[in-house]
Amino acid sequence: MPDNGAGKSFYERVAAATPGGDVLMKCLQCGTCGGSCPSGADMDSTPRQLFAMISAGMEDEVLSSNTPWYCVSCYYCTVRCPQEIPITMIMYTLKRMALARGHYHKDAHINWSKSFTNFVELNGRSFELGAMTLFGLHNPFAIVKQGGLGVQMITKGRMPPVPERIRNMPQLTAILNEAKRIAEEEEV
Amino acid sequence: MSQSTGHYGFYPGCSMGATARSYLQSTEAICKALGLTLKEVDDWNCCGASEYISMNSVAAYSLIARNLSLAAQEGHTDLVAPCNMCFLNLHKVDGYMEKYPKINQQVGRALAAGGLSYKAGSVHVRHLLDIVVEDVGIDAVTAKITRPLKGLRVAPYYGCLLTRPDSRYSPEYPTHLDDLLEALGATVVEFPLKTQCCGGHMTQIKEATAYDMIRRILQNAAEDQADAIVTICPMCQLNLDAFQPQVNGMFKTKFHLPVLYFTQMMGVAFGLSNKELGIGSEITSSKTAFRKIGQEEPEEQKSLKRDKNALPMPRL
Repeated sequence: MPDNGAGKSFYERVAAATPGGDVLMKCLQCGTCGGSCPSGADMDSTPRQLFAMISAGMEDEVLSSNTPWYCVSCYYCTVRCPQEIPITMIMYTLKRMALARGHYHKDAHINWSKSFTNFVELNGRSFELGAMTLFGLHNPFAIVKQGGLGVQMITKGRMPPVPERIRNMPQLTAILNEAKRIAEEEEV
Repeated sequence: MSQSTGHYGFYPGCSMGATARSYLQSTEAICKALGLTLKEVDDWNCCGASEYISMNSVAAYSLIARNLSLAAQEGHTDLVAPCNMCFLNLHKVDGYMEKYPKINQQVGRALAAGGLSYKAGSVHVRHLLDIVVEDVGIDAVTAKITRPLKGLRVAPYYGCLLTRPDSRYSPEYPTHLDDLLEALGATVVEFPLKTQCCGGHMTQIKEATAYDMIRRILQNAAEDQADAIVTICPMCQLNLDAFQPQVNGMFKTKFHLPVLYFTQMMGVAFGLSNKELGIGSEITSSKTAFRKIGQEEPEEQKSLKRDKNALPMPRL
């Protein structure tokens, strides 16, 4: 059913956009998530703090936080949460919400995600050398710092110079376009 | 759920043709030795890693579901993924389609636009390690050993995504890779960080965050005098191996821990050659480690450095 999210609180929208997200209301504020997080030290707020902020309706603060962008998607918090909250998936939801409103933390790695996804949508396969080069256009510094490693990877035969392409690209494109249309019916 | 015929659908994933070519080579080599048939799903596509879902969830699920649909169409009931990320994505979307009617309906609509369909639960997604340990079994593996890995200390590194979430193995301290390596004759060291994340895509985005995560894992393995880290995932191998020099630079450490695939270790124990197993394509050389078990040394570029005792003649 189309759902534009109108009239719903920030909290309700986050929960609705996450598979199994309705258990977010059961957060005990125990902090196991932040304590387990391998990249937690670099986050503005731990997941626990972020969930309290979501309950308090602090939409702007949450969506401009660096927390979701420092999530490495290892699901450690998810498997340890005593309330079985899908924390990692909530981080993905917050990333998408921040992107949709076009205003996110400066450390958001959206150019990396875009560079990677670009080749997947074009060829049906990822292409590391291409994604790194495209990303490098936004971050020339990365090319300088990681260029040497790139050369080593190429000489070891671990970074093919040309992308692979699947045969039935029209089919994949049709599927992805339809999926994007479906996603547009929703807010996130 | 396991198949006794030894035939499986195979989803190699993008890395196997690139950064993890040696994983593919060694997988093919050990499958041949064990009589396992992995049939590559025709025209499979990328799983989107952890990037696509940051941008569009319905598209990300549909991208993944196309692979499930193709595998089901080919009649596979078991689909094998050797990469933790691919495994998690395929396994997760299959589970979501089964559990959440809305996702099932949305993905179904998207697949239909490409003339495909998928009934959740019809393909059982499994990791290659699971096939080796559960279906082939430790005994059958042991029977193939001609050169036990005696004297080699290894740290079994599972990485994060195989055992999380909804896994039959412990997310904190799984032991099936330990058992396999022990059966190969190696000494398995205590490795509390065996399921800690390698940093994933962070090496591209925030070096300081990524390198510190890699450092912790290397340090943990080094503390127990491991000669090598054995992994089951292309991303883990890449991060721990290729970025080791950068980590050493950033933290003024001197780690030298080769990072090898479990399939390469099996191949060595089966007496297969380095060439067949892609050994030698690591950035952090495995030479010293393999010298301990009398394994032939991987071919490397001859050093241009002259002998210490040579006469001080000019070099041409």
